[in-house]
Amino acid sequence: MIPAPFDYARAGSVEEAISLLGSDPDAKVLAGGHSLLPAMRLRIARPSMLVDIGRIADLSYVREDGDRIAIGALTRHHDVANAEVLQQLCPIVAHAAGQIGDPQVRHMGTIGGSVAHGDPAGDLPSVLLALDAGFVAQGPTGTRTVAATGFFTSLFETALAPDEVLTEIRVPKATAGWSFMKFQRRAQDWAVVGVSAVRANGGVHVGLTNMGLTPLRAVGVEEAVGGGADPASAAARADEGTAPPDDAFGSAEYRRQLVKVLVRRALEEALP
Amino acid sequence: MSRKQMPGVIGVFTAADLDDAFPAGLPMVWPITEDIKIPTHWPLTKDVIRFAGDAVAVVVAGSRAQAEDAAEEVAVRATELPVVLDLEEAAKDQVVLHEDLGTNVVVHWSHGGGGDQAIFESAPVVVQERHLQPRLIPNAIEGRGCLAYGIPAAGEFTLVSSTQIPHITRVGLSITTGIPQTKLRIIAPDVGGGFGSKLNIYAEEALALALARQLGRPVKWIEDRQENYLATTHGRGVIHDCTLAGTEDGKILGLKFVELADMGAYFQLLTPGIPELGGWVYMGPYDVDAYWYEFTGIMTNATPTDAYRGAGRPEATYVIERLVDAFARRIGKDPAQVRRMNLHPPHVDAQTSIMGLNVDSANYEPTFDRALELAEYDQMRKEQAARRESGDVRQIGIGLSSYIEMCGLAPSEILGALRYVAGGWDAAEIECRPFGKVVVRTGTSPHGQGHDTSWSQIVADGLGITPDDVEVLHGDTAVSRLGMDTYGSRSAAVGGEALRQAVEKVKEKARIIAAHELEVSEDDLEWADGAFRVRGAPDKARTIPDLATSAWQAHSLPQGVEPVLEGTAVYDPPNFTWPAGTHVCVVEVDTETGKTDVLRYVAVDDCGVVINPMIVEGQVQGGVAQGIAEALYEEAVYDGSGNLMTSSMTQYLIPSAMEIPDMILDRTETPSTTNALGVKGIAEAGTIASPPAVINAVVDAVSHLGVTEMGKPASPERVWRAIQEATKGSPGVSGGLDGATPAQQEGGAS
Ligand SMILES: Cc1cc2nc3c(=O)[nH]c(=O)nc-3n(C[C@H](O)[C@H](O)[C@H](O)COP(=O)(O)OP(=O)(O)OC[C@H]3O[C@@H](n4cnc5c(N)ncnc54)[C@H](O)[C@@H]3O)c2cc1C
Repeated sequence: MIPAPFDYARAGSVEEAISLLGSDPDAKVLAGGHSLLPAMRLRIARPSMLVDIGRIADLSYVREDGDRIAIGALTRHHDVANAEVLQQLCPIVAHAAGQIGDPQVRHMGTIGGSVAHGDPAGDLPSVLLALDAGFVAQGPTGTRTVAATGFFTSLFETALAPDEVLTEIRVPKATAGWSFMKFQRRAQDWAVVGVSAVRANGGVHVGLTNMGLTPLRAVGVEEAVGGGADPASAAARADEGTAPPDDAFGSAEYRRQLVKVLVRRALEEALP
Repeated sequence: MSRKQMPGVIGVFTAADLDDAFPAGLPMVWPITEDIKIPTHWPLTKDVIRFAGDAVAVVVAGSRAQAEDAAEEVAVRATELPVVLDLEEAAKDQVVLHEDLGTNVVVHWSHGGGGDQAIFESAPVVVQERHLQPRLIPNAIEGRGCLAYGIPAAGEFTLVSSTQIPHITRVGLSITTGIPQTKLRIIAPDVGGGFGSKLNIYAEEALALALARQLGRPVKWIEDRQENYLATTHGRGVIHDCTLAGTEDGKILGLKFVELADMGAYFQLLTPGIPELGGWVYMGPYDVDAYWYEFTGIMTNATPTDAYRGAGRPEATYVIERLVDAFARRIGKDPAQVRRMNLHPPHVDAQTSIMGLNVDSANYEPTFDRALELAEYDQMRKEQAARRESGDVRQIGIGLSSYIEMCGLAPSEILGALRYVAGGWDAAEIECRPFGKVVVRTGTSPHGQGHDTSWSQIVADGLGITPDDVEVLHGDTAVSRLGMDTYGSRSAAVGGEALRQAVEKVKEKARIIAAHELEVSEDDLEWADGAFRVRGAPDKARTIPDLATSAWQAHSLPQGVEPVLEGTAVYDPPNFTWPAGTHVCVVEVDTETGKTDVLRYVAVDDCGVVINPMIVEGQVQGGVAQGIAEALYEEAVYDGSGNLMTSSMTQYLIPSAMEIPDMILDRTETPSTTNALGVKGIAEAGTIASPPAVINAVVDAVSHLGVTEMGKPASPERVWRAIQEATKGSPGVSGGLDGATPAQQEGGAS
């Protein structure tokens, strides 16, 4: 339960972090450490160097920015949950952040870490996917914004390059109906299955947690709702295109059942 | 890089390197039958790795990190052998763990039964069920650890260990390491939790001592959570074939249980004795005419099992109480009514029970009635009926569990008859220091049970001083010489009573000195208001602090009286103690997802006289939390090759405060006749009573849908599957339960 030996460097700025990352191909960014350090303690992850961005103060903020809300990548889950801007203008993000782990986890873990980690069981990634969020990444050659729909490429893999730092998460204002259904065994657990539903463009966007290798959109459900189906019949399509895991928390078969129940309940809550 | 050259590495040792270190293997002290087959259990395996956790090498290094780095580099050349984990498969002996034993079926023990065994076939109602209880991981938050040091030249060693049993460990490790008991000191400091998992003598303790001796320097070992899950004993892991014989109107005529018990890959200290401990309570609190219990212990390629909070009695109570509910469903009666009409009649004095031992005292009905009252049983039944009527997605279930347990381990004569190698006595020494302070040395070894508090109360009450004046010392063989340590809810009933007797001895001596000083005869003295007083002249008095001072000064003691006021008692209990109680659990089950929430939990226990109510309540709360965990969350799972899948707290689900409800606790008080304190024991009651209360509630919540079977833990998926199974063929929406109708087999638990 002690990590393999590694080097440690504290970055004073995003630019410094990027250059440190560029100096060592096996280096990794350390943000809240609440996904990375457990993996290192089990020696599943063995980075040669940690580039600690935890002290870069100007990466932690939540602010209104035109028709969007901009969230700094280092904003802790606790601060996301309690940000008034989000509570008023995009409540599902604040609410979901408040459901992550336990208070200790929420005071350390960051929204950027959650996104960059690319864990299909994470709460925020599927919410951000349902919101069509944008992720701002800064690298040696500059800054780009990646759409959530193209960001999560595979299990724990994302569109971020090894020498890029995620700096900002941009979400739309979403104050119409929404619902966040997290089904977990214990209060502090990851979701066995999670569902987020947000009304958008007259229809609904549905994000799924822990139903495949990446966070997913329930495209079939979105289509059905768009076509006028009621929640129960739309929810029947909730497992289309999913590949849920089979683990100690539930079989794939059970998750397929669960996702239908949760989507139906989420639609009932989100839709008038 | 060779292993020994890695930074900080002091040595790497295999069994071959330590061949001379261990004259004997690790101790197993309960060979329960004459023909039991006992495998030798070396601290490091010499030939075959029999379970994930069976260590092959030990690395000693300057720091834990250096040791872990080096351990990672140790390469093991091994041939993969087939494994067997399933009890019935293992019993076929196609894969045999210990070649020299020739079989995995290492022990068979029967209680021998009582009453007319024909009843199990001829009774008007015969309920038969099979119940599986999975392996559990005891999960003391504070893991095991030890530090061995000594003076090798003098052959003297000390082991500081996170153990419940310093006194027993001194005997056991002396045999394993060859260090004489006179040269071996064991210290159990602040141990943290135990729950039976530290009622053992482990390979790491023997290795630390042997390496300290060999290397001539202190050796420390502290487990991490994964090591704890792999190599610290597991609990439960049993299958029962159960039979209840009864009548149509609800009388239970007989209870019969045939058990298979998973021993794991080796015996640890008490492994084969654990099912047997349960063997004495399979009649529950009921008045039955016939009784049978037997078990077969089977070796499997998994972590050895041993005592886990309740040790045999939770296993027993679970199957009895599941069976009683099944019986009630079969005959269409309320489970509360069935239990109540079968409770054993009260008795103030000890009475021989059908299983052959004497139950110290009993009065079950008031406890039972109080539990139902606090649970608002009738009100809950109405609420349940309303939800069933309305077809609510969330259904309510009410579960009961009435239990009796055996504590106060144990009368040495009975232990001898049961082939346990040690006695069951305990000891206490009281030393009254001059000017008012009192030192107590107890043979019990508390690790969170609050003996410092309760023992101070016993002494303060007895000697007329305040608890603050009492210092209780424990957990060090050099300080408390005599003892049998803490487990099996024995401490108050045995060690506490020993202390009470030591108090009496102190007072006997004090009375002689008081009479001398007050110039009266002993008969003229009475003990009143915390002092010896002259009858009729209460102002002429001597307190214990007065007398302790004069006994220490010894300036003027009566003829033949030795200086110093002290008293020692070694007490061997004449009988066990038998607590009992009834717990009621109300749950809400989401019938679409299978998720269970505990809405209400009531525990009414009778542990005899209570010394400290707060400690008793704490024990019940913790025990019930562990039992709810067992019922709804916990299960150790292995894959087909013997890897522990639930190898961290992420996969092995221990509920948090968020999942455990506030409990409604109450007590009745039926004094024990075994000891003069009247105490029985409470530390395991919660864990014994609660699992069946919770599972019975879950089944009850969905029984109207046709569900009668339910395994532990009742995870959402397991409950969902049970509902699916029961309602098969009923119309459902998207695999859900909308519109489901009760299955045809409702009430037919045949
Ligand atoms: C006990 C426990 C319970 C938890 N429960 C939940 C839960 O219920 N739901 C949930 O969603 N999560 C849960 N988590 C995970 C938690 O939310 C993590 O905080 C989060 O997943 C990662 O954020 P972090 O800041 O800790 O990232 P870190 O652990 O520091 O990093 C994670 C990964 O992201 C990379 N990274 C981090 N920040 C950046 C960045 N700005 N740019 C580029 N790469 C970056 C790192 O290099 C690393 O690969 C739990 C964690 C624990 C320990």
